[in-house]
Amino acid sequence: MRDTFIAQLKQRAIEDPRIMLITGDLGFGVFDQYRKNCPNQFLNVGVAEQNMTMVATGMAMEGHVVFTYSIGNFSTLRCLEQIRNDACYHNADVKVVSIGGGFSYGALGISHHATEDLAIMRALPNMTVVSPCGLWETKMATDAIIDTQGTFFLRLDKSFGNDDQLEKDETFQLGRARVLKEGTDVTILVTGGILEEVQKAVDILESGGVSVQIVSVHTVKPLDVDLVLEVSRKTKNVVTVEEHTICGGLGSAIAEALLDNSVHPKRFLRIGLEAGFSSIVGSQEYLRQQYGLDALAISEKIRNLI
Amino acid sequence: MNTIELAKKIRIHTLKMTSSGQSSHIAAALSMADILAVLYGGFLNVDPVNPRKSDRDRFILSKGHAGAAVYAVLAETGFFPVEKLSTHYQDGSDLSGHVSHKGIPGVEFSTGSLGHGLGVGSGMALAAKLSDKKHRVVVLLSDGECDEGSNWEAILFSAHHKLDNLIAIIDYNKIQALGTVSETLGLEPFADKWKSFGWIVREVDGHDHSAIQNSLNELAGMKGGPKILIGHTTKGKGVSFMENSILWHYRTAQGEEFDAALAELEAAQ
Repeated sequence: MRDTFIAQLKQRAIEDPRIMLITGDLGFGVFDQYRKNCPNQFLNVGVAEQNMTMVATGMAMEGHVVFTYSIGNFSTLRCLEQIRNDACYHNADVKVVSIGGGFSYGALGISHHATEDLAIMRALPNMTVVSPCGLWETKMATDAIIDTQGTFFLRLDKSFGNDDQLEKDETFQLGRARVLKEGTDVTILVTGGILEEVQKAVDILESGGVSVQIVSVHTVKPLDVDLVLEVSRKTKNVVTVEEHTICGGLGSAIAEALLDNSVHPKRFLRIGLEAGFSSIVGSQEYLRQQYGLDALAISEKIRNLI
Repeated sequence: MNTIELAKKIRIHTLKMTSSGQSSHIAAALSMADILAVLYGGFLNVDPVNPRKSDRDRFILSKGHAGAAVYAVLAETGFFPVEKLSTHYQDGSDLSGHVSHKGIPGVEFSTGSLGHGLGVGSGMALAAKLSDKKHRVVVLLSDGECDEGSNWEAILFSAHHKLDNLIAIIDYNKIQALGTVSETLGLEPFADKWKSFGWIVREVDGHDHSAIQNSLNELAGMKGGPKILIGHTTKGKGVSFMENSILWHYRTAQGEEFDAALAELEAAQ
């Protein structure tokens, strides 16, 4: 996702001098092509995320479209108040990018696990929260957030599912979820690269005769409420999957939307991180297994549900 | 209007606004009234008829708690009607206790949490340099605010990028919320700290209008790095019983105290 994002940003930046990319001293080697093509549209502010966000806001107030870039929680939680008061309150064209959603940087330890960011960013007024499930959505989302004025959070994962364009004329729209696969027994609403585990889990479930619908919720806020209600009415069983705490993220957003609209699935399950910090050391794949977020665990949870 | 008269009006408005709103921070506003008067009395290139004109100087009040004084100076210089000031801190008003841009012509940026203005100003200054624009960015900070680490990130950044279109001003009244600066988290040697970070430093009596004016004009003409004007001020300046008093960071003047304060401010020459 990271390389897809940077490649697309580079393409756009070549044509659009408003675009600025600011890093907090992370991304070794990642920006080489971007910097070669757009040397005056790149800034490394050093290990100073608060200032990164303040400078980004100041530049955005002067007409730039500014991407702030770091990994894990550094571009979000470290400078949360700057995002809230400076970028969001002024509705500035600041696009906060975090590389490494969930356990992408698993073995680096809890400091690098971005497992509450969706919930926290979602709570901010004027903030649009985008969490692509694969490479097509990453590319399309990069374009969309450049072309849409306002403050954004773009959460990028090391992993990715298959989110290919469904039809040749399919267009990507912020706030419009995508039915990646039809099914009749269960709907899985998913955000982020953990789509790859969901797709494997669905293979397991379908080989056992369960028909599953998959919906990519690449925009967690604003939520595509209409589609959420429609798919939930259709399948009766509704499951959400995110590599994130179950507190406040996608699952919570879906639950809010359903109850707010008096839509009551027969069964509802949020799959995500349940409680506590993840102090186990391991790769993203390993940590997913440890916390019940791998394909096998997801398929078993769903089988038990229905 | 000359700057002395403007400062007097800022002080009187601020007293009335904080009293009728029963809001805090009168002393922090009185402390910087003279600096504001010099800025809006001629130093800043701003236009009340066209408050968003592109070549305006950008002014950010980073010590947003003293926002009443900014509202007052904007009203007195024609950005909005003086009558609006009476709504300060009242239910349904645009004029919040900490300075906000929403609905207020002339307010460049909203603040209130400390340690935000200088970094945002740095971004504005860098953007101006990149597009070869000649306007200046002026950020007014408090001394207590310099406890915030975010400021020191911005201080490093501005010097590294040689943002000589950026002027910071410190309202150095030496009193913060719970005590003096020196007993809370000492800043001295303050001027040396800025110098060692690569800033061009001037110090001035922050109540001496011609000295402030001269220093700002001198700094504005200097090249090579960001500039800082350390204004040595008296917290609560202009009301004898508020001066150098920690209490008046919070207290609001009511009844006899209000009458006495108003009499002193109105008698000032």
